[in-house]
Amino acid sequence: MANAHEIAHDDHHDQPPSGIKRWLFATNHKDIGTMYLVFSLTMFFVGGAMAMVIRAELFQPGLQLVDPVLFNQMTTNHALVMIFGAVMPAFVGLANWMVPLQIGAPDMALPRMNNFSFWLLPFAFTILLSTFFVPGGAIAGGWTMYPPLVLQSGDSFPMLIFAVHLMGVSSIMGAINVIVTIMNMRTPGMTLLKMPIFCWTWLITAYLLIAVMPVLAGAVTMLLMDHFFKTSFFNAAGGGDPLMFEHVFWFFGHPEVYIMILPAFGIVSEIIPTFARKPLFGATSMIYATASIGFLSFIVWGHHMFADGMPMAAQLFFMMSTMLIAVPTGVKVFNWTATLWRGSLSFEPPMLFALGFLFMFTIGGFSGVMLAIVPADFQYNNSYFVVAHFHYVLVPGAVFAIMGAVYYWIPKWTGNMYNMTLAKTHFWLSTIFVNVLFFPQHFLGLAGMPRRVPDYAVQFSDWNMVSSIGGFGFGLVQILFAIAVIQCIRGGKKASATVWDGARPVGLEWRIPSPAPYHSFTTPPVLEPAEVRRS
Amino acid sequence: MNGNLSPNTSNGYNLPMGVTDISHEIYDLHMLVFWICVGIAVVVFGAMIYSLLKFRRSQGAIADTSMVHSTKVEIIWTVIPVIILVFMAVPAAETILKMEDTRNSELSIRVTGYQWKWQYQYLNDAEGIDYFSTLAEDSNFARQLHSGIDPKTVPNYLLSVDKPLVVPSGTKVRLLLTSMDVIHAWWIPDFGAKRDAIPGFINELWFKVTPGKEGLYRGQCAALCGRDHGFMPIVVDVRTPDDFKKWVLEQKAALNPPALPAAAPAAAPEPVKTAQLN
Repeated sequence: MANAHEIAHDDHHDQPPSGIKRWLFATNHKDIGTMYLVFSLTMFFVGGAMAMVIRAELFQPGLQLVDPVLFNQMTTNHALVMIFGAVMPAFVGLANWMVPLQIGAPDMALPRMNNFSFWLLPFAFTILLSTFFVPGGAIAGGWTMYPPLVLQSGDSFPMLIFAVHLMGVSSIMGAINVIVTIMNMRTPGMTLLKMPIFCWTWLITAYLLIAVMPVLAGAVTMLLMDHFFKTSFFNAAGGGDPLMFEHVFWFFGHPEVYIMILPAFGIVSEIIPTFARKPLFGATSMIYATASIGFLSFIVWGHHMFADGMPMAAQLFFMMSTMLIAVPTGVKVFNWTATLWRGSLSFEPPMLFALGFLFMFTIGGFSGVMLAIVPADFQYNNSYFVVAHFHYVLVPGAVFAIMGAVYYWIPKWTGNMYNMTLAKTHFWLSTIFVNVLFFPQHFLGLAGMPRRVPDYAVQFSDWNMVSSIGGFGFGLVQILFAIAVIQCIRGGKKASATVWDGARPVGLEWRIPSPAPYHSFTTPPVLEPAEVRRS
Repeated sequence: MNGNLSPNTSNGYNLPMGVTDISHEIYDLHMLVFWICVGIAVVVFGAMIYSLLKFRRSQGAIADTSMVHSTKVEIIWTVIPVIILVFMAVPAAETILKMEDTRNSELSIRVTGYQWKWQYQYLNDAEGIDYFSTLAEDSNFARQLHSGIDPKTVPNYLLSVDKPLVVPSGTKVRLLLTSMDVIHAWWIPDFGAKRDAIPGFINELWFKVTPGKEGLYRGQCAALCGRDHGFMPIVVDVRTPDDFKKWVLEQKAALNPPALPAAAPAAAPEPVKTAQLN
């Protein structure tokens, strides 16, 4: 009797709770996923505004707009906001939405922790961004937080450390949730190797997060101790070692790079087969390649530090291990290309973004191989060449993949199709401007312009002006993305359950209606062979 | 001090060839890897673009859904990159060996980074020569916020200093780099030479400018070091060995006027660890 009552009670819950409580006390993976994505988009515009200040100051030589201190605050916070506020939460948001739908689970395994891990983020970033208003100004020593420079910060220093701790706690909880969900809540019959590739890349990413976020927490805690408790972890005058921070930081920092790209690999591996109407080529080797990249990411951190003065044996080791990463990454690019081969391609917005990713991420991969060559790295290190490299893998790489994922799955989330013309315009303008923005930075770096400078010698003027024009263009065009998303939430042509009817969407997420009901897969679905991405 | 119009031998969009054997080797390595990447790009992007043109649904292409994997092809495209990488790694390793060999240097100079200037202390035969090198005054006026001075009117804007580092050509010069505050990095692109200056450490770096390439060479601090990171350039004045000797004698004569005591160092250096090289 009590049982029957409970079932009836459950039925009433098919509608989401109304008002602010729905969001504050959210435990539904779809609501939390939405909050993550909205937060990420907000931070994308905040970090983007900082980038606009940077590019405006660099538009021509001489200081016109901002003091060098404010400039350094902009570069530092642009990086922190984009990495921890835009890219990482976007991936967690996508995992929240899509992992349960892809594995046929009713929700994430740990819904209350899910709520906590999201709600830490607005506080972390409120603290971080409020440092612009404290004595001494915002943090300006670079997102890498190298001592002794970072120890010269004013009141923003402990706030930075606290904010980083909160972000770390949030990421670790998000990662635990993904792992527990994937390990325990797959629908019967879905073995690990039958699991969709987006879930696979996220599973590996989650392990990377759990492994390295505590390392970052340890590093910043040692900074805190050095600053307030007169320890000497990194203080040479007290017998400490400033280089040790760099080692510890990059032991976190390099896997972090892959944390920001592996889920993107997963997204592209979902989108390309759909619009090529063909199974993903070498799906199993894609999983092994992802796992290899995850492993190798732990043994390459020294390549960030070649110019720091490193024993020769270490230089050789880190050069070889770094070059080795090109092999599994190459396998991925070749497999995507083979998926296109003899396919039946159509070019809807998600496919455009995935193809943009494929081309431009590969360009970033080439400059990555160049950077691995130690003697040449002495010239590239800390120059604009490095800036060009990591922006190629992060913007037309990770960010394009995230936007592709939104265009791919948003009809499933909202039940509405978006304005295709607007989305395609957004893609083409973004692609043009992102190249105008970042390609000339290769030239600037090779010609000798250091990074993180507010002003430069006059022979760097032309390419900086080109780059700034690209930057303003890219920044403005992103407003189209916001418009497309908002329009899609408000209404539009109704999407079918499979959304991409003419294409070949594969997976459990296409079985449920669009928009996805508030509670989905309350009983585990039976997996049909056609719903597995492999044959 | 404003001899060269361009700050280095770069053409504005590629690495400078430079004026040392090492910088030439780096340039060659850079170009080797660049052309290998271009070659791979032609093949990979070629295959992608061919697919995008040939296998369009709008052209009536039908997907070959049986094409799911091929162990043979996958082994081939794993092995070929490994071979290419080894091909690149071998010459790179040879150059690393040369760059790290700081033995038999003929002149050593201790380079100390400060926020935001460089100190040069000569050792060996030039012992006692010790001075600071800071951004030249005309650049310093022009670079202030709202200075109203057009940087284009300032010769070698941001790349000239009051007193450059003077070194002889054809001589193996070894720099011992450290810092008194935060981490800096000493970089002259034309020498293919960059190394961090870290408090508590001594890093080594060497270069040997090809005889006949005397002149002024310019670079900048390459590690974010605070407010004026962009404003602590490095200028090296390379002279013939004879001119360098003359310069050393002049400096020493100026240093020891009979009545004045030798300049005492301003502050005791911090305890310095032995370099972790070798």
